[in-house]
Amino acid sequence: MEEQGGKAPDLLVEVRDLTKHYGSIKAVDGVSFSVRRGDVLGFLGPNGAGKTTAMKMITGFLEPDNGQIQVAGFDVATEGLESRRRVGYLPENAPAYGEMTVEGFLDFIAEARSLPDRSGAVRRVVEMTGLNEVFHQTVETLSKGFKRRVGLAQALIHDPEVLILDEPTDGLDPNQKAVVHGLIESLAAEKAIILSTHILDEVEQVCNRALIISGGRVLEDSTPRQLIARAPHHNVIRVHLNEDFLASEAGSNWIQRLREQPWCGSVESSPRGAIDAVPADGANHLSELLELLGDAQVEGVQLLEGRLDDLFRSVTKGVAA
Amino acid sequence: MSTANTATGSSLGSWFQGRKYTGAKAVFRREFRSYFASPLGYIFIVIFLVASGYLTLSRDFGRFLELRQADLDAFFTYIPWLFVVLVPAVAMRLWAEERKTGSVELLLTLPVTLEGSYVGKFLAGWCFLGFSLLLTWPVVFQVARLGDPDWGVIFTGYLACLLTSAAFLAIGMLFSALTKNQVVAFILGVTACVIFLLLGLPQSLEAIGNLAGGWVEEVASSVSLVDHFESLTRGLLELPTLLFFLLFTAAWLVGGMLVLRQTKAN
Repeated sequence: MEEQGGKAPDLLVEVRDLTKHYGSIKAVDGVSFSVRRGDVLGFLGPNGAGKTTAMKMITGFLEPDNGQIQVAGFDVATEGLESRRRVGYLPENAPAYGEMTVEGFLDFIAEARSLPDRSGAVRRVVEMTGLNEVFHQTVETLSKGFKRRVGLAQALIHDPEVLILDEPTDGLDPNQKAVVHGLIESLAAEKAIILSTHILDEVEQVCNRALIISGGRVLEDSTPRQLIARAPHHNVIRVHLNEDFLASEAGSNWIQRLREQPWCGSVESSPRGAIDAVPADGANHLSELLELLGDAQVEGVQLLEGRLDDLFRSVTKGVAA
Repeated sequence: MSTANTATGSSLGSWFQGRKYTGAKAVFRREFRSYFASPLGYIFIVIFLVASGYLTLSRDFGRFLELRQADLDAFFTYIPWLFVVLVPAVAMRLWAEERKTGSVELLLTLPVTLEGSYVGKFLAGWCFLGFSLLLTWPVVFQVARLGDPDWGVIFTGYLACLLTSAAFLAIGMLFSALTKNQVVAFILGVTACVIFLLLGLPQSLEAIGNLAGGWVEEVASSVSLVDHFESLTRGLLELPTLLFFLLFTAAWLVGGMLVLRQTKAN
């Protein structure tokens, strides 16, 4: 790959101070981040947060009002053709030319990308995305899952260094999602991948970095694990007590003892008769709790990991989208 | 400032290297094939052939069979009036459909330029119209049977049809870039084409002259397609006429590209 201006070749996407207005609305407001080879960056944010706008600017479809974007060392504003050659893009809803067959459509993309071995490239991505059975069908007759795979195939046809996927699994069934996740994982090592999603589990599964965007600004830039560690229910211990025991005096005494533990910040009741022991320091105190169980009539103990959803809600709440 | 200078420098450079139109060929091939991938292309050809045949042969219009002259006047006279409706129908989907389905985003994030895509689509539409004109060969065949036609006039007549179709296509494409709604694009395209045709009619020119004065009449006459069309169908192959069609079409194409640059993401 090209090395421009002495930059490390692993730095594939660099976005600095990106800003875009739609009339008086600031869709993207001073966003900066970079993506390296091997990174799978999840773009998270409520609807209208500016994720899609940011992606459209990285792919060169929209011109930013301010800021710079470099893709594989090429400036998107001044070296658009070169940067677009290095990006594979799956737009939202995976649009394609409905009247074309899968074969014709992918061949057109290969031709527009000036690929030397067009039929070889088409065969490779058809195999990769499992499109063999619909190869001669027109795109408009395909199911949503296949249409999305056609979108992925066109994004991958030139084996790009940078992949930008706008909601790649939106509307897919769990099996289809698993296929797409598998594909992303298999490609991750050699590429820089940016994907936007509403499904936070997807971020945990396939991303090694997550960017939470709301109101056009980056609110968090971290790994999914670190974000989860800051989620409101991280390391909370949920104890399912026997109902009779819970109603008895012994039960009340046991809960009182739990409350008095130095590590325990608070005890909250949770749905279906369970109680939640919230650690004061956010650390894992499962072993201490197990020691405390003694003769308490317990039906189950569960260490909650915390959910990205909860952190997402707490972080994005109150930020104008 | 330095970024702006670099951008200007690189775009000037790309003009000279032909990179301004990168992707035109691929877009042309895709677009041209798409006319034959749906019934629309065939319906257009049938309507065009039936209507042009009727207007040429009908006793109320061309009276080709009654006049029995070895020329194609009866055929060429009505072509602009057919094109005024049919060419905007070919042009209306070129960008409106891309924007409606969102495929414009896919297209313009490929390593193709907006100019290349625009010109590729224009050439595809134009070739399709040229192909439809080619299918009118039986009328030429019939003329040759009737007598000894002036082949130069027939050539310039077909050239007039081709150039007029290019001009109308460029007009229609601008409106297709302006709106996502194909019907609106079609109505606006037809209206604009009709205006540029009517401007050349003696009645219109007289009315314009009375209302706005002599020089406006002259301007109206000079941008009218009818005058230039007729001079070509009379066999006059003159540089100003060719330049007129070239500049007229180019102006609408450049205008359309500017419109698309603004509307592509809306």
